[in-house]
Amino acid sequence: METLNALPVWSQWLIGFFILLGSVFAFIGSLGLALLPDFFTRLHAPTKNTTLGIGGIVIASIIATSVQGSVTLSELLIAIFLFLTAPISAHIMAKAALHTELKMFSRTRDYRQKGDAYEHEKAD
Amino acid sequence: MNKLMPAPLLSAFLLLIWLLLFNSLSAGVVLLGVVFSLLIPILLRPAWPHFAEVKKPHLAVIYFFILLFDIVVANFKVAALILGSRKSIKPAFFVYPLDMKEELPVTILASTITLTPGTVSCEITRGRKGILIHAFSEDDPEQVINTIRHRYERRLKEIFEC
Repeated sequence: METLNALPVWSQWLIGFFILLGSVFAFIGSLGLALLPDFFTRLHAPTKNTTLGIGGIVIASIIATSVQGSVTLSELLIAIFLFLTAPISAHIMAKAALHTELKMFSRTRDYRQKGDAYEHEKAD
Repeated sequence: MNKLMPAPLLSAFLLLIWLLLFNSLSAGVVLLGVVFSLLIPILLRPAWPHFAEVKKPHLAVIYFFILLFDIVVANFKVAALILGSRKSIKPAFFVYPLDMKEELPVTILASTITLTPGTVSCEITRGRKGILIHAFSEDDPEQVINTIRHRYERRLKEIFEC
C-alpha cells in the first residue's frame, strides 16, 4: 500500500481503471461459466472474457512497475501465452464434448451433415 | 529459408520470449538467447519438416491488430450476452468450408475463430475440408461464414500465399 500511495496520482487512476476493467471481465467470464445452459455455450465465456480480463490486469501491472522506474515487459508473456493456449484448450474440450455426445441446449440448431465429423461407432 | 536459418521468424519469436523472461538486455543474456533461438529451429527441423513461411510480414502485423481489436469487441459482446436474457441465446453448429490446406494458416484461422465474437471452433472436419463452428447466438450461419471468409481467411491466404 505504501509504495502504491507514493505513485503519481494520474498513474493511480490509470492502474485502478485497468484493474477494475480486468476484474469485471474476469468476473463476467466466470459468471458465464457458471450460468450458461450447456457445455458448448459455457465454452464461450472463458475463451473470450478471460483474455480481456487478464489483459487489463497485465496492463495495470506494466504501468505500476514502469512508473516505479523499472520498465518490465515480462508480464506481456502471460498475455501471449494466454492468447496462444486459450483457443487450443477450448478446441480440445469442444472436441471431447462432441465425441462423448454431451447434451446440447434445446434451442441449438444443428447444420452438420453426415460425414462432416469423425463419427465413432455406436456401441449398443 | 536456408539450412542455417530454417525459420527466421520463429527464431525472432523465441529470442523475444527469452528476453522477456529474463527482463534484461545484458550481453550474456542476449548472446545465449541468440544461440538458442538459432539452434532450436535447426534441431526441430527433422520433427517438423515443413515450416510454413510468412511471405508478407507487414500484412501479418495488420492482421494482428485487426485481431486485437476484434478480441476487445468480442469481450464486450459475450459479456452482454452473458448478462442479457437467456432468450437471446440461439446456439448453432455449422461447418465453415476451408479454402486452404496448410497446417499453420488453418491453425491460426481456427484460433482466430475462437477468439472472435460468438464463435468457437470445435473440430477440423474430415480431410481438413472445413472447421466445425459452434456459434453462441446466430440466426444466419451464411453471414458468419462470409465474415470469416473476407475478414480473416482472405488475409491469411495473402500472408502465407497459399
